[in-house]
Amino acid sequence: MVSKLEEQLQMAPYLALDSPLAISILTSALKEEVEKAGFHKVVLGLSGGIDSALSLYLAVQAFGKDNVIAVCMPYRTSSASSLTDAQKVILDTGVQSLTVDISPQIDAYFELMPEATPLRKGNKMARERMTILYDLSAHYNALVVGTSNRTELLLGYGTQFGDAASAVNPLGDLYKTQVRQLSKFIGVPSSILEKAPSADLWEDQTDEKELGFSYYDVDRFLYHLLDKRLSREQLVQQGFSDTLVEQVTKRIARNQYKRRMPIIIKISNRTVGVDFRYMRDWGL
Amino acid sequence: MRVGLAQMRPALGDIQRNYHLHLDWIKKAKQNQVELLLFPELSLTGYHLLDLTYDLGRSVHSQEIKELVTYSKDLDIVFGFVELSEDHVLYNSTLYASNGEIVHIHRKVYLPTYGMFDEGRYFGRGEVIRSFPTRFGQMGILICEDMWHPSAPFLLAQDKAQFILVPSNSPARSLDQSEIGSQSFWYANLENQAALNSLFILFCNRVGTEDGISFFGGSSIVNPYGDELVRANMLEEQLLYTDIDLDEVRRARLETPLLRDENLDLTIRELNRIRQNRLEQKRWT
Repeated sequence: MVSKLEEQLQMAPYLALDSPLAISILTSALKEEVEKAGFHKVVLGLSGGIDSALSLYLAVQAFGKDNVIAVCMPYRTSSASSLTDAQKVILDTGVQSLTVDISPQIDAYFELMPEATPLRKGNKMARERMTILYDLSAHYNALVVGTSNRTELLLGYGTQFGDAASAVNPLGDLYKTQVRQLSKFIGVPSSILEKAPSADLWEDQTDEKELGFSYYDVDRFLYHLLDKRLSREQLVQQGFSDTLVEQVTKRIARNQYKRRMPIIIKISNRTVGVDFRYMRDWGL
Repeated sequence: MRVGLAQMRPALGDIQRNYHLHLDWIKKAKQNQVELLLFPELSLTGYHLLDLTYDLGRSVHSQEIKELVTYSKDLDIVFGFVELSEDHVLYNSTLYASNGEIVHIHRKVYLPTYGMFDEGRYFGRGEVIRSFPTRFGQMGILICEDMWHPSAPFLLAQDKAQFILVPSNSPARSLDQSEIGSQSFWYANLENQAALNSLFILFCNRVGTEDGISFFGGSSIVNPYGDELVRANMLEEQLLYTDIDLDEVRRARLETPLLRDENLDLTIRELNRIRQNRLEQKRWT
């Protein structure tokens, strides 16, 4: 049987990567970025989904299992299968892990905010998890490894200063299709490869239901829009619907703020981020 | 003649550290009887310097450069640095040193300023492409993007170069299912230019990562027939060296006398005509 991933890569061979070469670039760069900053360990949040699983396998290849700490941070409504899948990955890689239930602090806060929407709750949970990872980062002297892929970053489908926060992100330049390809190659358990992606903020939530299109469709679209620089007319000629073109191009622009540092109002002649320009690896 | 390429990983903006790295590579090259050692582009500073460029500019008379040049007594060394000229312009330069003296400096002419590259913002543009004599024969230097302009190796070959040294900082990007984008173009380019101009090309590309941008390495040496003699590993530091037969230049040029048959007058005449036409073209047609 041809899997959906194989189908997508046949339809869109331009999204396929040389897996060993991609993994070698990702792991060597990840290792170098962390080690030259003076760290030897990394910590990351493990949700049971495919993105954090791939980040974990890459981190294990880069640093060895003894230098990677996986943190599971379920909320009481998190699905049981997410935790089981996270456990599978922990067992398979042999990394050190810990579980922090975020229900007490989340519930304590929202008792004061009974009118909070699911969106507010989801964002709060994502940011709670971020603060835990950064606390453990200080505790273990380990840098936080990111788990946001390129599709999510472009669509802005993530929480600013929440799941989008990290010190180094090995997935940020990989479309979801490519995350799936590399995950399969690197040996992420099949139950994780095959399930519908979900932020798991409420029951039966799936990314694709919420976004209104599938990751495979939007990845092909993003490739033609960004990598091939096609115009709107050309995109429609390629068979992408007007609605998708409209919806996605708007999303990308609207969420640019999530991809940038806060705006600084210019007063001086060397403003941080404007005309005070240095790489983060300055002197490393 | 034994030539070597130092496929190294410079630290970003740390001249002192890189200076000592250079000494380590020189030592290793000497132990392997290398007679000419080529470092990558901007080997003394790293690549994505941005505003660090202003602080890292060094005059050729500065202490660091003078001292590094003294290490060229047993082998010729070619390294990259940010050159601060006497009129306070910063250049992306590569220096050839031999017998404790500076032999030649090439200032990068074609500064990529598009996509992920921003060199034109910081560096002045070199104005000279010229070969120079060395104890091994006539050589020329082209820095990375310079090599992507066919007029550049053409000029060096016409100027009697038998070697082109190509220090580079080529990034690993546009990965697809078979390779890093631009990688196979690099090798095709090196092989074609070596064969068309019947000369040796030494391509030294760095490795390492700056803010998530990796450089692919894969340094290579190509002979005057356009055959690749050796190629370094991808993404890993490596001292790549090989013995080359200088007589191959003579044999290649006798076998296929492309350079003898080149019509320089025709080229100059046509270029002048093209230039004149461009100058005379109306602005708004």
